[in-house]
Amino acid sequence: MKVYLAEFWHFSKESLALVTRGSHGYMAWLALLVMMILGGAWAYSNQLSFGLVTSNMRDPVSWGFYIGNFAFLVGVAAAAVILIIPAYIYNWGPIREVALLGELLAISAIIMCMLFVTIDIGRPEMVWHMMPGVGTPNFPYSLLVWDVFVLSAYFVLNFFVATYLVFMSYTGRKYNPAFIMPIIFLSIPLAISIHTVTAFLFMGLKARPFWNEAILAPRFLASAFCSGPALLVLIFQVLRKVRPIQISDAALRKIGELLAYAMAINLFLLGCEVFKEFYSHSHHIIHAQFQWFSLEGGYGIAGYSLFALTCNVTAFVIFIVPAFRNRIPVLLCGCVLAVAGVYVEKGLGLLLPGLTPDVIGEVYRYTPSLNELMVGAGIWGVGLLSFTFMAKISIAITLGEFGYRRT
Amino acid sequence: MKNPERDEQLDAKGASRRKFLRTTAAGVGAAAGVPAAAEAFDFETFFQKNFRSMSDEEIDELTDRLARKYEKKYGKPFDVQATGPVDNVVFGYGLDISRCIGCRRCVDACVQENNQSRDPEIQWIRVLEFERERVVRGFELEDGNPYYDHEQAPAEGMVYLPIACQHCEDSPCTNVCPTGATWEEPDGIVVIDYDWCIGCRYCMAACPYGARHFNWAEPNIPADEVNTNIHPLGNRPRGRGVVEKCSFCIQRVRDGRYPACHEACPVGARKFGNLLDPNSEISYLLKNKRTFVLKAELNTRPKFFYFYG
Repeated sequence: MKVYLAEFWHFSKESLALVTRGSHGYMAWLALLVMMILGGAWAYSNQLSFGLVTSNMRDPVSWGFYIGNFAFLVGVAAAAVILIIPAYIYNWGPIREVALLGELLAISAIIMCMLFVTIDIGRPEMVWHMMPGVGTPNFPYSLLVWDVFVLSAYFVLNFFVATYLVFMSYTGRKYNPAFIMPIIFLSIPLAISIHTVTAFLFMGLKARPFWNEAILAPRFLASAFCSGPALLVLIFQVLRKVRPIQISDAALRKIGELLAYAMAINLFLLGCEVFKEFYSHSHHIIHAQFQWFSLEGGYGIAGYSLFALTCNVTAFVIFIVPAFRNRIPVLLCGCVLAVAGVYVEKGLGLLLPGLTPDVIGEVYRYTPSLNELMVGAGIWGVGLLSFTFMAKISIAITLGEFGYRRT
Repeated sequence: MKNPERDEQLDAKGASRRKFLRTTAAGVGAAAGVPAAAEAFDFETFFQKNFRSMSDEEIDELTDRLARKYEKKYGKPFDVQATGPVDNVVFGYGLDISRCIGCRRCVDACVQENNQSRDPEIQWIRVLEFERERVVRGFELEDGNPYYDHEQAPAEGMVYLPIACQHCEDSPCTNVCPTGATWEEPDGIVVIDYDWCIGCRYCMAACPYGARHFNWAEPNIPADEVNTNIHPLGNRPRGRGVVEKCSFCIQRVRDGRYPACHEACPVGARKFGNLLDPNSEISYLLKNKRTFVLKAELNTRPKFFYFYG
């Protein structure tokens, strides 16, 4: 045990040294992220001094940009790990790499999720009120308590698996599949559960007919299967450009094929939703009208909704036609479109029509404030920075540049 | 509460108290000046328990602490009473839509009584204005307008529907609260522990009636206007970053008085009383009038009833 601790201490120290060194491009990337984080910290200090009035959220639209990002990122966290299933079934070369990078992305996404929820809270210093033992969590009634529990469990599990895999190869040991594979497979149902619970958080609200639909959870999962793997393809592409790691074109094409199915289901479910709203034409249609036509007299999100739809449909065409999908640059364009489309559709595209008009009919046309955007950018900076560090360490170990010879 | 003599007494008491407040407040307010905007970190408040898990002694400590805190902030003495529920009482509200003239005096009275922030403005009661033609098909709250601004109300061809917390029996807001900071009291009042709320606003997404309001910025009440008769679960001044709402004037009704909006209504459209007392005015209304509740299809079972007189 003592040997492990000593080695782990050494590993932590060396890792820190490793991530602070790199090429000019790497340092410029770090500088950009640090600037985003500093800007976010400044904006958040504004929010702490003046209150959430620094955002553009108000009583009619009481959740906005922050919770929208949260919903999107839970999907990324879930889907990155789910990619382990096809990686395993199709036996893509070194499954460990795919699984590991998926886990690292999941960890970073969960960190961002936790941050986005925390900064959305009016009194973050009181968040211990919902912790078991010291507080009075409203369990099992409040889905927010469920969400915090499953997200924390998911974070701990992925963090453990990733650290274990990385640390073992750092010390030149072979990881024990009998020990770690069951844990990796446990993280798959947990990945589905974090996203289902997050969908339930919205779905359970009978006050909001736009969310109070059974289709919301399957749609969440379908869109997550689009955004998560698409983001991973982009990350793989960047990583294999900057480092000599082995990720084959075939693996990317396989993910492209998977994306075609996911996007097909996502678009089908969207079609079901649109049909139900516009054909039945009940009073609740007003939310769908806001989503697609902005309602009369003023700015709305119709432009964004159409943008997201265009992105998703184009991405679908790229993924489904083998001639497009098999050309890597085209595939990458499809992935960018899928990520952008789902980000809009599932971020503010989900939040705003649910809340506008509000329950007593008030139409408050929300757009995030500059301060909100800066806080959000800061959190993305934290997430990207943590992913960069973790990926750098694990890739350096894989390439055999970074390791520890046991005596 | 249906006894007319008692009603008169209540009114006289309320009126004299208002006068008293006005005279004392003018002097002290001038001396106290503007209250401090932000409060310093308070160790005791930070580690305070959820109101529901407090012992009687701890509640006494809380009321003392609140009295000290507000006295310091507003420069005048506060009377903090954590009066508990009375057995065999469940409060209910009735509102006669055919009488309401949309004057919004209830809104003003509520703001004064319940220490709602003047800047930024928070109003627990919203009065929605509807075109009469549309209401013939029923009240769809989406059609209402809370921002009407006529010289005189009621305006021609318009009807009015005041709306605040409906004190639901099956309240979505209390179900979703992650910290258990809001709950239904034994006398049916849905309350918030303003020291326990973390400000996540999940309850605002869950409330079908828009009853809940968030303190987006530091609330402001001029010292000469603050109501010093307060209840910890009701009209105590709130802080930034918490959600607040109507408590049926818990500080008054548990004391045998009517809510402020009830007293302020010039046309007698508002009725209030004990649902468990078969002889109360509210029970009479439920037995003899055609009442309805808002968004009945959601099955929240409000204790706020609307009726046509």
